[in-house]
Amino acid sequence: MEYSLFILIAPFFLFLVLGLLGMKMQPKVAGIIGTAGMGLCAICAYAVAYQYFFQTGKAGEEWQQLIPVNFEWLRFTEYLHIDLGILLDPISVMMLAVITTVSLMVHIYSLGYMHGETGFQRYYALLSLFSFSMLGLVVATNIFQMYIFWELVGVSSYSLIGFYYTKPSAVSASKKAFIVTRFADLGFLIGILILSYYTKTFDFGTLTANHAELVTNSFAGGTFMGLSLATWALALIFMGGAGKSAMFPLHIWLPDAMEGPTPVSALIHAATMVVAGVFLVARLFPVYFFAAPDVLTLIAYVGTFTALFAAIIAITQTDIKRVLAFSTISQIAYMMVALGVSDYGGHDGLGYMASMFHLFTHAFFKALLFLGAGSVIHAVHSNEMSQMGNLRKYMPVTNITFAIACLAIAGIPPFSGFFSKDEILAAAFHNHPLIFWTLWAVAGLTAFYMWRLYYCIFWNGNKTYSEHHKPHESPWTMAVPLIILAVFSVFSGLIPFAGFISSDNMPFHTHIDWLVASLSIGIGVTGIAVATVLYLRKSNRPAEIAQSLGGLYRAALHKFYLDEIWMWFTQTVIFKYICMPIAWFDRHIIDGAMNGLAWTTQKSADSVKGLQSGQVQFYAWVFVAGSVLIAVLVLFL
Amino acid sequence: MFFIGIFGFITRKNMIAILISLELVLNAVEINFAAFNRFLYPHQLEGMFFTLFGIAITAAETAVALAIIINAYRSVGNININNLNKMKN
Repeated sequence: MEYSLFILIAPFFLFLVLGLLGMKMQPKVAGIIGTAGMGLCAICAYAVAYQYFFQTGKAGEEWQQLIPVNFEWLRFTEYLHIDLGILLDPISVMMLAVITTVSLMVHIYSLGYMHGETGFQRYYALLSLFSFSMLGLVVATNIFQMYIFWELVGVSSYSLIGFYYTKPSAVSASKKAFIVTRFADLGFLIGILILSYYTKTFDFGTLTANHAELVTNSFAGGTFMGLSLATWALALIFMGGAGKSAMFPLHIWLPDAMEGPTPVSALIHAATMVVAGVFLVARLFPVYFFAAPDVLTLIAYVGTFTALFAAIIAITQTDIKRVLAFSTISQIAYMMVALGVSDYGGHDGLGYMASMFHLFTHAFFKALLFLGAGSVIHAVHSNEMSQMGNLRKYMPVTNITFAIACLAIAGIPPFSGFFSKDEILAAAFHNHPLIFWTLWAVAGLTAFYMWRLYYCIFWNGNKTYSEHHKPHESPWTMAVPLIILAVFSVFSGLIPFAGFISSDNMPFHTHIDWLVASLSIGIGVTGIAVATVLYLRKSNRPAEIAQSLGGLYRAALHKFYLDEIWMWFTQTVIFKYICMPIAWFDRHIIDGAMNGLAWTTQKSADSVKGLQSGQVQFYAWVFVAGSVLIAVLVLFL
Repeated sequence: MFFIGIFGFITRKNMIAILISLELVLNAVEINFAAFNRFLYPHQLEGMFFTLFGIAITAAETAVALAIIINAYRSVGNININNLNKMKN
């Protein structure tokens, strides 16, 4: 399956062509080249997926890891070397299909959405770069290759968030995204270094083989501050994942990242890049499970808290993209929780499967939601809910597809979100009641805020639009991806996922736990019903409820002041107590020593300069006096 | 005589006087050569030859020095040693 390399080469080549020659092309040509290239890439990924899942993937009963391409890139020691290659196993192949599909949809969609923007070619070049990095990330054969591509997606995300670089808010958002994730990646890097120092390998296959035997053995005994070194290493690696996947408290960059163009938000900040953290944990799942179960518990609780926290904020936001951003945070947290509560092997590994399943379905319906939101923004030229309403009459396609996505995310059968969310809840149900009930409540909140969003955009009163700003349905380039993604959102839940992906690579069967399912459907319907009552028609009731909640509402509206807390933390704690002393030390001690040396030399030179008068007679005098002095000394001492 | 020469060399400002002082120093050295040769090695003549050699060099050096002084006089207008600071500034 060497041709899987093409999936990586094609977007990179496109990036080079569009990046270097883009300015010489017509924007339209550049867009079509980019889209066509991505289409080829997607076809190739489907071929790989088909061949893997239906022909070569199985060794006996077990899904095997195939490494069609691998070469040594950098060798440090006898054992430690960085390879670059392609690893195909169920999750990476699944990710290949998801990424190329969503990326292709976004490419097509952008032809319409970005039409006439300056920097159209640059936009497509960066999209290709992003696709390349993300695909490289998921097929990485070793943790260091993953880290390299991890940073590459960070860079391309940075440049796409800051695509409108003349807008100060976009620039600061891109900086924020980069710095926050970079800060988290510092933990990731340290984690990698600790892990590889002890295990002498970067390779995923070696790390996870035989119940992560290598990791458990090579870390034997080492402790630091009461926790084993393996726990530290894996917790630090999770910190990198938490930064990329916007887990509390490192989630602050994601809502601001919505400053980028909407298709970019759909691709990067909803479907692909932000699930990289989930993917990372899933990739190292056996290592986590056998070497550091404490970290998994931590992941579960961080995820649960983030899910609840983000859902509460999402209810109060009025910018439609921010609602979706917080919804994304909340849903990714779901996936993290599923990994956190999962056991290893067979049906016990339900959480692992559920996490990947939710990642899969979420990618489609969340991309659909973002693209739908983009379509609305394209028509109304605003992100604010108050500028919208009653749009169902003007935009039928967007209306229907958006509604499908909302049903999917709310977990209503038979839409895809129901199946994956149900598996997650079922995984948490038996052993973790606290987590289960929290997630259950979050499911209700999710249904509520998504339908609030839906009603506020498409129903809610008889808002009229002035004649020359009448909203119109989007062009077909934007409508077609919506429809395709809607089809995926409806049907992707019917795939028997457990047959393909499981924690120990052995297929198993799942069945719907009707107790859990009815609970989750119940809360979903309740959420939708409440939203219907409050928002279907324009009324004062939401405002009254907000009024009665007072402080809580205001806090949620301001995202619980997390931005301010971080600001205070960086400004006061880091800048004042860490950076300022360091700067002082640099300025006064290091520079001072250098300046002092220069000053001393200069002063001593100044003081002897006067002797160099050029007066030969004076020299002679000194010479004679010196000789006499020496003569006297020699003679009399 | 040597120290009279040194003293003159250090204190005089007139270049001719400095040259004369220098001659005094050299002559003192040559007298020393001759005298010490007579006392230490009466049967050898190296000291004497050295003195003759020294006198020849002194003559040449005097000629060069006088030429320099004349040129200095032409460009500066006097022969005071303190005024010869053109190349320093």
